[in-house]
Amino acid sequence: MAIDLKTVKHISKLARISLDDEKAKKLAGDLNSIFEFIEKLNKLNTDKIEPLTSIAETTLKLRSDEVKSKNIRDQILKNSPNENKDFFVVPKVVE
Amino acid sequence: MNDIISQNLTVLIKNIKDKKISSEEVTKSFIKKAEKAKTLNCYITEDFDSAIQKAKKFDSKPNFKCKLPGIPIAVKDLFCTNGVKTTAGSKILNNFIPTYESTVTQNLWNEGGILLGKLNCDEFAMGSSNETSFFGNVQSPIDKNLVPGGSSGGSASALASNLTPITIGTDTGGSIRQPASFTGTVGLKPTYGSCSRYGIVAFASSLDQAGPMAKNVKDCALLHEVISSYDSKDSTSIDFKRNNYSELLTTNIKGKKIGIPKEYRVDGMPIEIEDLWTKGIEYIKECGATTMDISLPHTSYALPTYYIVAPAEASSNLARYDGVKYGFRSEGENLIDMYERTRSEGFGNEVKRRIMIGTYVLSSGYYDAYYLKAQKVRKLIKSDFDEAYKKVDAILTPSTPSSAFKIGEKTNDPVSMYLNDIFTVPVNLAGLPGISIPAGLDKKGYPLGLQIIGKAFDEQNLLNIAHAMEEKINFKNNIKEWWIK
Repeated sequence: MAIDLKTVKHISKLARISLDDEKAKKLAGDLNSIFEFIEKLNKLNTDKIEPLTSIAETTLKLRSDEVKSKNIRDQILKNSPNENKDFFVVPKVVE
Repeated sequence: MNDIISQNLTVLIKNIKDKKISSEEVTKSFIKKAEKAKTLNCYITEDFDSAIQKAKKFDSKPNFKCKLPGIPIAVKDLFCTNGVKTTAGSKILNNFIPTYESTVTQNLWNEGGILLGKLNCDEFAMGSSNETSFFGNVQSPIDKNLVPGGSSGGSASALASNLTPITIGTDTGGSIRQPASFTGTVGLKPTYGSCSRYGIVAFASSLDQAGPMAKNVKDCALLHEVISSYDSKDSTSIDFKRNNYSELLTTNIKGKKIGIPKEYRVDGMPIEIEDLWTKGIEYIKECGATTMDISLPHTSYALPTYYIVAPAEASSNLARYDGVKYGFRSEGENLIDMYERTRSEGFGNEVKRRIMIGTYVLSSGYYDAYYLKAQKVRKLIKSDFDEAYKKVDAILTPSTPSSAFKIGEKTNDPVSMYLNDIFTVPVNLAGLPGISIPAGLDKKGYPLGLQIIGKAFDEQNLLNIAHAMEEKINFKNNIKEWWIK
């Protein structure tokens, strides 16, 4: 099954990665060779096999919901790509 | 000074405890060595001044009960270090300063270790050659323009060139074992759930494990006992009895049964690798253990399975990099445009490729055909190992299908790059421990490694077998310090 340019553009939308036509073409080529390699799995009949969803066979443990980190608001905001010291700022979303 | 940096961890610890050398002397020696080795491009972030301060502090009030008393350590830049830039080799995190410490690195500092700095790696640990790093490729100390392997390439290169006495890496499909094999060092991928994933930049969460890299098996065992711990902050951390692996380490492996899987004899494998494997079998017999031919019938399906599971998990894990709260941002006309530009400019080609694969296999209409299928095949691969371990205690294979390749040799052919991990990937899919030990040199003088795969949580036996073989192999690395002019 070949992945065409339209599909690549669609996936890039889903993945929120903008792609120009040249990059999309190159990527289509790469993805096709990778999927050709992946298609080998179809040779196996897995109808009666249970999927392996987790390698660690444990049930998730419960813990009390309490704040453990100290007051690190300023340090966290320092990593923000914008200049504002009090909030994370994004382009306007509500008109 | 040159004397200090070539000492292995066990000797360094003894000399520090005997007060023959101070932590400051040791730390300064490794820093001096690193300053002459910039060509190798091992470091993304140096934390040298701070390291010297910490070493002085240790010397002023030394605690010799620690397992790593005043030992300087450089770590892969995938571990979050509180207050020290952590990039995962990516532009999208090139200014990220964590406000918390990964559990694995915290374990190092709790035992007296001192952070030297953060080591280069493939971007988000996606690569087998350290060529996908935003901070440039790492050179192997073995030869000029040779890859050190990946993704823990900076770690392997720094260790082999004596810039750090020990180091830690992460292994999702071979990222500790393959670079260890390429550089003549020892690298252990522990059982899934042994080392906490808390504070490690996530790639594929059901496969990722942190692990030790060292110059010999004993150092590796000691480092492993320091970093392996149960951690409630990682929901897949497993609470089991952890040994003092280095204290219980023995070369007595009499009576152990080692499986030799015929499916690992792949087409086109160089004769040198075949010979190395045959020699490995002889060494095992000399150690008093026996070998047995076994079958792992689904081996050839492991890599295609991995290239569905790992990208799927990666596409989900990397969805968080959106330019909003931290990291690189590219401004856009609106919110969506900002996301798309940020991710397009912030991620490198290999990472984008894998996010695209992952998004595709999880997308509506394709989930069953790809992701569910892969999870079923993963079950078959794990069952192969379960069956084998009814008969044998461990499994011996080559670590990689070839020795290290040249920089640029495989960059244009992703599938040929992926094939490099053919022997290491099944171990991650099955959640097992695996170790690569140096076992010889090829005709170019490049190191070759043998991999031993153990039963889950059986790191002690795995390390014992590796230790016994190490003694027989008596490996001498071939490093001529070509980077020092």
